[in-house]
Amino acid sequence: MSTSIPRKAVALLTFVALIAAARWLDGRTPKINAPEDALGTQAPFTMREVAAEVGLVFTHARFEVDPKIAHIAPHVAGVGAAVACTDFDNDGWVDLYVTSSAFGAPNALFRNRGDGSFEDVAKAVGLADVNSRQGVSMGSVWADADQDGDEDCLLYKYGRAQLFRNDGARFVDVTETSGLGRWMNSNAAVWFDYDRDGLIDLYLAGYFVESANLWDLADTRIMQESFQFAKNGGHNYLYRNLGGLRFEDVSAKAGADSTRWTFAAASADFDRDGWPDLYLANDYGPEELLLNRGGERFEAAPELLDGRSKSGMSVALGDTENNGDIGVYVTNITNARFLQQGNNLRVRSRNSKRFLNVARDEVANCGWAWGSAFGDLDLDGHQDLFVVNGFVSASHERDYWYDLGKIAGGQQGVFQDATHWPAFGDKSLAGYERSRVLVWSQGRLRDRAVAVGVDDLLDGRAVVLADLFNRGVLDAVIANQCQPLLAYKNSVPAGRHWIQFQLRGTRSNTSAIGAEVTLSFAAGRQLQVVSGGSGLSSQNDRRLLFGLGADAAPNSVHVRWPNGLEQTIPSPAVDRLHVLTEPDSK
Amino acid sequence: MESATASRGPLARFWSNLSPPWLITILITLILVVGEWRYQIIGGYERLALALGLAMALELALGLLVRGRAPNVQSAYVSGISATLLTKPASGVLWPVAFVAMLAIASKYALTYRGRHLWNPTNFGVCAMLLIAPQSMSILGSDFGNALSTNLVIWAVGIVIAWRANILHVTATYLVAFVVFALLRSQITGIDPLIEIAPVTGPMYQLFLFFMVTDPRTTVSTRSGRILVAVAIAALECLIRLGNDFGWAPVAIFQPAPSMYALTIVGPLAMLLDLWRKARREQVTAGSRAAAA
Repeated sequence: MSTSIPRKAVALLTFVALIAAARWLDGRTPKINAPEDALGTQAPFTMREVAAEVGLVFTHARFEVDPKIAHIAPHVAGVGAAVACTDFDNDGWVDLYVTSSAFGAPNALFRNRGDGSFEDVAKAVGLADVNSRQGVSMGSVWADADQDGDEDCLLYKYGRAQLFRNDGARFVDVTETSGLGRWMNSNAAVWFDYDRDGLIDLYLAGYFVESANLWDLADTRIMQESFQFAKNGGHNYLYRNLGGLRFEDVSAKAGADSTRWTFAAASADFDRDGWPDLYLANDYGPEELLLNRGGERFEAAPELLDGRSKSGMSVALGDTENNGDIGVYVTNITNARFLQQGNNLRVRSRNSKRFLNVARDEVANCGWAWGSAFGDLDLDGHQDLFVVNGFVSASHERDYWYDLGKIAGGQQGVFQDATHWPAFGDKSLAGYERSRVLVWSQGRLRDRAVAVGVDDLLDGRAVVLADLFNRGVLDAVIANQCQPLLAYKNSVPAGRHWIQFQLRGTRSNTSAIGAEVTLSFAAGRQLQVVSGGSGLSSQNDRRLLFGLGADAAPNSVHVRWPNGLEQTIPSPAVDRLHVLTEPDSK
Repeated sequence: MESATASRGPLARFWSNLSPPWLITILITLILVVGEWRYQIIGGYERLALALGLAMALELALGLLVRGRAPNVQSAYVSGISATLLTKPASGVLWPVAFVAMLAIASKYALTYRGRHLWNPTNFGVCAMLLIAPQSMSILGSDFGNALSTNLVIWAVGIVIAWRANILHVTATYLVAFVVFALLRSQITGIDPLIEIAPVTGPMYQLFLFFMVTDPRTTVSTRSGRILVAVAIAALECLIRLGNDFGWAPVAIFQPAPSMYALTIVGPLAMLLDLWRKARREQVTAGSRAAAA
């Protein structure tokens, strides 16, 4: 008896110690809406919401789904709030095209007046009334697809995508002759010149299967066959630009098809062979990296990723380590108790082509994360990361997680049929989550959103970072689902230098999409890519802005144009925009 | 009889000689291997190594310290694998898996009554961690995919092994009770019956059906008692689910795993009652013997 009590005490002490340790460790895990760590009190910059003040007044609306699936309308019609940067009038000021998704609801093209304000000219130029039962907007990507020097618009939809030719004062719908007008349910598109012929090509990704008309369903078996391994989504298409705004479907020939539920896509030369590759974030499935083999075909490279299946929502490209290489950030879903997917930040390991996921803490856990974008918000020479989140914000008392948990375990036939899904009612699902502003600080990205002034709890979908007012700083614009557009104007303390590049292709595609700019400066070598679409339902400012911190004399800038031509500019001047035109030769 | 045994092949002899713990060990290993091969369910071999290593090391340490002898680590092996399969830690951390495994083992030594532990170790570890560390982990969701073929394999092998280990009546009782209560809930709430039945076809339930609710060490001693307890667990789970369907806040904490929490509550109560009754019977028997003497 005398020895049994101390022995039992050992067991009890071990037990209690384990509970206390687990509790302590859990306290260190970032919580969805908790304020940031103590460092957050020292804001390195400030962001002020100015949408109404500058004329960016817009509210997204969602489409009405078929009555047979109206009980899960917040889920099925859960995206469509999109924003893209363009300079459609070539005046040197970034304009914004934002989408709505309700039948008859207008999209807005906010022309930047250059005086700190915007005006909606969508109706005047023919880009407003584009949402009908023939298709509702999910996003747009812009590029000079006909090589005539101005930006054309590809509007991807649930329904028929539309291609608009920019004729200066008007946008002309050329979908019918373009070869792009097939019915599909697309959430993502990327312009890129996969065959480097100087004509910008298009990758258009499908989400719901293309046989589904979501407002007039013949069959309610439209959902995923599996919560984590679904391959029954819409087809992805690769369209080769034939010139004259005509496109040829080369998906099958090029091996670029996928029927996973692609939510977002981005292009860059991930394997450093000179040919632009594709990176796909798939909902209900693993990410896909499609490597471009000489502009002829694409090969999936699962061996370069870890293959974990999650719920990919967006793809952002950034050089977080200032090592002249591309990192990939893919947002996913994280929720206490129910789903711990975590976002992925993949960087290439040394001496290997393989990408390693290095995301943890605040970078990994951003709640139900959607759009994301890299940019040096505080001009300190390191790229920061903006992430928007929150799915459905409705009731504060009732949420849908429990219901989702029920159906998620259902067998394929049950899960796939939308009629079996529990009704949403007024429930929230990962609602009222605050956006994240992950700022590079002390060697890692830390959440400083509230400290810098980003404290909204709206259901963000798309985010772009752009120098809205030509000041040499990146501002943020967020498209929120069924909620108002937000614009955060950034203020950075004086004394931080910057340098910005705008590229114009001559032999390459005129938008210079796919061009890489590597800046060598005190903080390392930072690579940025001119993108034809990234994040979720978004396209960033194609002018590339580098923060320099106190470094007023960067060593050089190296440009690799899309067709492979390389150019080096020694000692570029700082605190100004450089407009670079592709030279004829090296 | 001896000649009949001798006439069987070595595989048949091996099969007939396997004790229930070994059968359970084989089944969990099979699920692990198939799940990893087809769905990469482990999520990194370091998780498995950590959970297995810590579970077995703690079992050995506590066995020596508390009971003064080296224990059989077979149960720790099952707990380590179950912890790996059931725990989904937050991105970039491993400690929740380790703690589920360690709490499972520690509970066997700390939470005992009359020398018996009361909770199924892994069930306790997971449920406790979901309450203690909700930000850092979730429970196995749909990592086995949603294909019926996967379940058919698990069910086929599981049923054979459960039958051989004499626990099939528990699995079957719980399963039937779950479906009956699901249909009842559907009648009460108006929710599609397939939605109510759907959870039991998910991966977490397969582990629950074959490893937790049937655990010979934490189930009551009589066959009828075990059947009754399985029904009681399903009934409590039904109440938890109904409470959540009607938005009753106090049961919201059980949302991630209603069946496991139901077992956490009903299991030990049934064990306590069983042990108490057994002790009482022994007292009465001893009293009778003394009186007779």
